[in-house]
Amino acid sequence: MNKGRYGVHGGQYIPETLMNEIINLEKSYEFYKNDPQFNRELEDLLNNYAGRPSLLYYAEKMTKDLGGAKIYLKREDLNHTGSHKINNVLGQALLAKKMGKTRVIAETGAGQHGVATATAAALLDLECEIFMGKEDTDRQALNVYRMELLGAKVHPVTSGTQTLKDAVNETMREWTSRVHDTLYVLGSVMGPHPFPMIVRDFQSVISREAREQILEAEGKLPAAVVACVGGGSNAMGMFYNFIEDEDVRLIGCEAAGHGVNTDMNAATIANGAPGIFHGMKSYFCQDEYGQIAPVYSISAGLDYPGIGPEHAHLHDIGRAQYVPVTDEEAVDAFEYLARTEGIICAVESAHAVAHVRKLAPEMNPDESIIICLSGRGDKDVAAIARYRGVDIHE
Amino acid sequence: MNRIHTAFETGKAFIGFVTGGDPSIEKSEEFILKMVEAGADLIEIGIPFSDPIAEGPVIQEANLRALAAGTTTDRLFELVSSLRQKTQVPIVFLTYLNPVFKYGYERFFGRCRDCGVDGIIIPDLPYEEKSDVAEHAGACGVDIISLIAPTSEERIRRIAENATGFLYVVSSLGVTGIRSEIKTDLDSIMKTVRQYSQVPAAVGFGINTPKQAKTISRIADGVIVGSAIVKLCQQYGDDAGGPIYDYVKSMKEAILEK
Repeated sequence: MNKGRYGVHGGQYIPETLMNEIINLEKSYEFYKNDPQFNRELEDLLNNYAGRPSLLYYAEKMTKDLGGAKIYLKREDLNHTGSHKINNVLGQALLAKKMGKTRVIAETGAGQHGVATATAAALLDLECEIFMGKEDTDRQALNVYRMELLGAKVHPVTSGTQTLKDAVNETMREWTSRVHDTLYVLGSVMGPHPFPMIVRDFQSVISREAREQILEAEGKLPAAVVACVGGGSNAMGMFYNFIEDEDVRLIGCEAAGHGVNTDMNAATIANGAPGIFHGMKSYFCQDEYGQIAPVYSISAGLDYPGIGPEHAHLHDIGRAQYVPVTDEEAVDAFEYLARTEGIICAVESAHAVAHVRKLAPEMNPDESIIICLSGRGDKDVAAIARYRGVDIHE
Repeated sequence: MNRIHTAFETGKAFIGFVTGGDPSIEKSEEFILKMVEAGADLIEIGIPFSDPIAEGPVIQEANLRALAAGTTTDRLFELVSSLRQKTQVPIVFLTYLNPVFKYGYERFFGRCRDCGVDGIIIPDLPYEEKSDVAEHAGACGVDIISLIAPTSEERIRRIAENATGFLYVVSSLGVTGIRSEIKTDLDSIMKTVRQYSQVPAAVGFGINTPKQAKTISRIADGVIVGSAIVKLCQQYGDDAGGPIYDYVKSMKEAILEK
């Protein structure tokens, strides 16, 4: 019982059929993470294919408009495929190759992780199948076609609530039926150990760069770093190298949908309770009998009833703070950033922008905040138009 | 000692599964008594879960039907209490860890003891994570039924040596559901199991026809059938009692054939 624990959270709660494969994955990762050749290849992919390091952009107009702390945007939206997801996927796909796998499978919510996985699979000659909730394939039809262009097979998942959690269920089921040649490229800092660790390590490049960049720009650490949280991969990547810096506030923004007091939200820390699901002990939105609750957010990428175990632990020990942000606040922030800085960000990332609009004015001009702008917003334009009641014909 | 050992005392066992509360608690009770009447030696009752990751489509849908009908863990405890007025057949629950965790291990297994539940199968509880749950279950005389998969290999020894009640040997990769053919080398898995454990071992996942049941019963102590029975619940709804009786009878007869 003690593997992959973050305080009381984490663990390996999966069917016996997968246990040897998970142990094999852990051993392989422990070997390759210290292998100079693996690290050279990964760095080459990140720098020369994905476009790292990503910019740390000083949002001067936003700073002036809000009249408080200086605001910096960590531009993960500028990565190849348009989000932070590529950081983890290149690492895991390269690991799959080294392990002798010929096929990768993955879940996706908004489609960002699916597109990134399909991209890496195309580049590294891996067969690729993506599982996506039927509701999300409808919401994100362009991303479905994008994955197919990249050579992946997309399976719409019609079980359960037909969203991200069901896509995870179905990918796990697929993995149990074909383990020997297949790696499940999990998209967030969740699931059974070693996934929360592997995904965090591959995403921690975000805060490794950001920490150096802010010291270069400001000569001191930021007062706060802010990121949106569904499963929590961009947030974990953004927090990780600041955890030891106790004066840096770590703030995760959860999807509050129509509000935390309604039954239409996905705010796990605000509304969830301890549970064991999708391979991990953590917090989950659930009923009194432990049935996982249907959740809701305008953002398909945050529409998940749980949170990664390391976030659950950071919450328990009070090191990170998790705040709810509604659909309305996120859409306002999406439009605000577009008009103010000329950047159309993902509606997921807009949850972080929304919180900073409240936070920055309360802080001093000699302090700074970094927002992890986890993805670009092209995929969300149609949904935002719908939200505003605008009829656009694609 | 609980009742599980009695299932294996008179020869090869037939183990039948229904999802509790599909289509209703009352009907589950009727179907279970029909299975017992037809010769089932042990009954598995599924506590429905919103996200049953080890199940194929047939049992997934049964889970959703049962939940939609208002089934709760408490109502299934009441079902077992009611069954215990009528039968001493060994009964085990099958569910996922979250409903048990959320109920509270101590409270859950205390109710198992009080209502007459003999064991529990938890597909998302592997050996490494079992100790905490096993401690509470053991204190209440409830056996944790461990699973062995076609991929378990060198893990079989540790699982078998620590087994309680019976061992659930998973016949195939993937999720539950009817299969036309079982390709796993069950012979060699069973040999390894016997080497390390005295606990009876039953095989499940994919078994559907009397012919398959007969073949499996040659090498195992019991045959577990789930999806094929749940499919009858789906097909006949409230009227599934008769078809379930006939089906279980045919399976049990095939197992007993020399």
